[in-house]
Amino acid sequence: MKKYIGNWGNYPVMECNEESFVFDEQLDALIKEQQPFIPRGNGRCYGDASLSQRIISTLKYDKILSFGRQNGIFECQSGITLDQVLTVIVPAGWFLPVTPGTKFITVGGALGSDVHGKNHHVDGSISNHVIDFDLLLASGEMTTVSRENNPDLFGATLGGMGLTGVITRVKFRLKKIETALIRQKQIKAASLQELIGLFDEYKDYTYSVAWIDCLKKGKHFGRSILMLGEHAKLEEIAESDRNEPLNLPKKKQIVFPFNLPSWVLNSFTVKAFNLLYYTKNFKKEINNIVSYEPFFYPLDAVLHWNRMYGKSGFVQYQFVLPLTAKEGLIEILHRIADEGLGSFLAVLKVFGKQDSMISFPKEGYTLALDFPVRKGLLNFLDELDELVLKYHGRLYMSKDARMKPAMLVAGYPELEKFKQIIKKYNPDGKIRSAQSDRLLLTAGN
Amino acid sequence: METVLILGATSDIGIAIAQKFAAEKYNIQLAARRPVLLEPTQSDIKIRYNVDCTIHAFDALQYHTHSLFFENLTPKPDITISIFGIMDEEDDAFENWNLTQRMIDTNYTGAVSVLNIAAKFYIKRKKGTIIGISSVAGDRGRASKLIYGSSKAAFNAYLSGLRNKCFDDNVHVMTVKPGFVYTRMTENMKLPALLTATPRHVGEVVFEGFEKRKNVIYVKWFWRYIMLIIKNIPEFQFKKMKL
Repeated sequence: MKKYIGNWGNYPVMECNEESFVFDEQLDALIKEQQPFIPRGNGRCYGDASLSQRIISTLKYDKILSFGRQNGIFECQSGITLDQVLTVIVPAGWFLPVTPGTKFITVGGALGSDVHGKNHHVDGSISNHVIDFDLLLASGEMTTVSRENNPDLFGATLGGMGLTGVITRVKFRLKKIETALIRQKQIKAASLQELIGLFDEYKDYTYSVAWIDCLKKGKHFGRSILMLGEHAKLEEIAESDRNEPLNLPKKKQIVFPFNLPSWVLNSFTVKAFNLLYYTKNFKKEINNIVSYEPFFYPLDAVLHWNRMYGKSGFVQYQFVLPLTAKEGLIEILHRIADEGLGSFLAVLKVFGKQDSMISFPKEGYTLALDFPVRKGLLNFLDELDELVLKYHGRLYMSKDARMKPAMLVAGYPELEKFKQIIKKYNPDGKIRSAQSDRLLLTAGN
Repeated sequence: METVLILGATSDIGIAIAQKFAAEKYNIQLAARRPVLLEPTQSDIKIRYNVDCTIHAFDALQYHTHSLFFENLTPKPDITISIFGIMDEEDDAFENWNLTQRMIDTNYTGAVSVLNIAAKFYIKRKKGTIIGISSVAGDRGRASKLIYGSSKAAFNAYLSGLRNKCFDDNVHVMTVKPGFVYTRMTENMKLPALLTATPRHVGEVVFEGFEKRKNVIYVKWFWRYIMLIIKNIPEFQFKKMKL
């Protein structure tokens, strides 16, 4: 049945035919049909990466296949969400090796985007923790892929936006924890310079990320809060919690009930929010023990928070610049502050080294910003693209809804190799998305 | 810990009911014609809910195997839930006797065959619960659900008779009429959101009805009233309608 589907940014929205499967043989039958398709998990990429006229949803394919409570090896079908994985592994003393800022993504989606988290500078992206996975190719052939046995398919699938095939089974390594709590440190920085210094000073922390107020001009330009964390050890938590240190946090969920009219978010309200956010931390530094949920998933507490941006949706813009391009970061932030287009969230993170074909992370500074869709936004983002290129940066395909093919070519040195692999395993463009068509990644373009 | 037998465990509703009972700490026995399909569900239930879960081959149409199938279950289930059933295109079935017979034999004869065996066991033990997932389509015969509806009408009558028969022996029988459900089978149909349940919701309602020892439940409450109206339309009028 045709329905209108958009991903997390609600931009773009497309008329799609969505089909699902529970058993392998049902997926086999769906793949054999002529019409091209794109696999889709929980639709938390922001743009059009998992949109196509025909979508094969993995959400009903969500079974856990094995869980080594001693060795921390977890094996599951690709449609299970990280949220469901956490409810099983945390009470057993394990955690996700890498998690993005939402737990409402599927494991298959995590591989397709090769997601990174606040620990990228220490643990890399999810690809570093994947042992192997099964991939159903466009031809209908099932193949088991690991970094060792098929580096080409491994490299092109991790971060490859689903274009190599449908990921069905995934086996990955978990991280041992003593408690479900995080020892957190928050430090206020008055400027971008100070923040960058702090990132360096605290680089031994496993988890680090900063929220920047990017509308602040003048003396306080770049004022921000650096958030650092470690999984709390048993002896670090309150005595009252030590009997059941691995209890899951209680569910406190708020639902954003409707799409906010788009005039509500203007530069005034965003400034007010940022002011509140910044000043809620009275002290220069806060040290406390918190549950893993508010630390890793602050926005998941509000279901459908994307409705805040109204019906016309929003675009998230995430780029990475090399470590040497600090002035680029400053220039881009100035450009955004001058434009006043209202980024509600600006998240800065320092990436460590990464060795992969098409994954987004590379060593440097990554900044993610939300922009409500307004007249003039797309032109403005094209201007930002030029700045990103000038400083040898690149954009994250999982967030993208609008970049031009040349931008991808310039940012990803191994793109040609990626395209060759797609051509080999998906020769007729049977697996394709609105994004892969736009970025000229699939056959027939 | 009590054990639940799920007959027809490969359906979306079967999986959802199994998951709900497992979450409530019941051991699970999954039965279906092709048990190999159940392996991922089995591991999933064991790992997520820390309960025991076994898989069993069961073919509703092979009546002569049903006794042995039930005999081989260890432990014996405390609750037996029958979910299996087929719904072919009615126009095809009307033209093709084999399809008609297969629907009747699965939805009615097969269910009676296996539930008689469970009922006899529970009556002897003076304890047990039988839950039959039937359909609102059995509430009144209609052209658009000619064979399916009549097979479910017969199943409804069987369940209410069984409830009556077993009452003195402390065996409870519950009839469930789900209405529309979002499953893989219906994903290409346009269903009215207010009248359509998710499989997970069916699982929750079945468990709640089981705990409260309900007799007949509709999954979405307004189905009870819709069917009440449909049942009360005079036949001379009803026969002219297209429902």
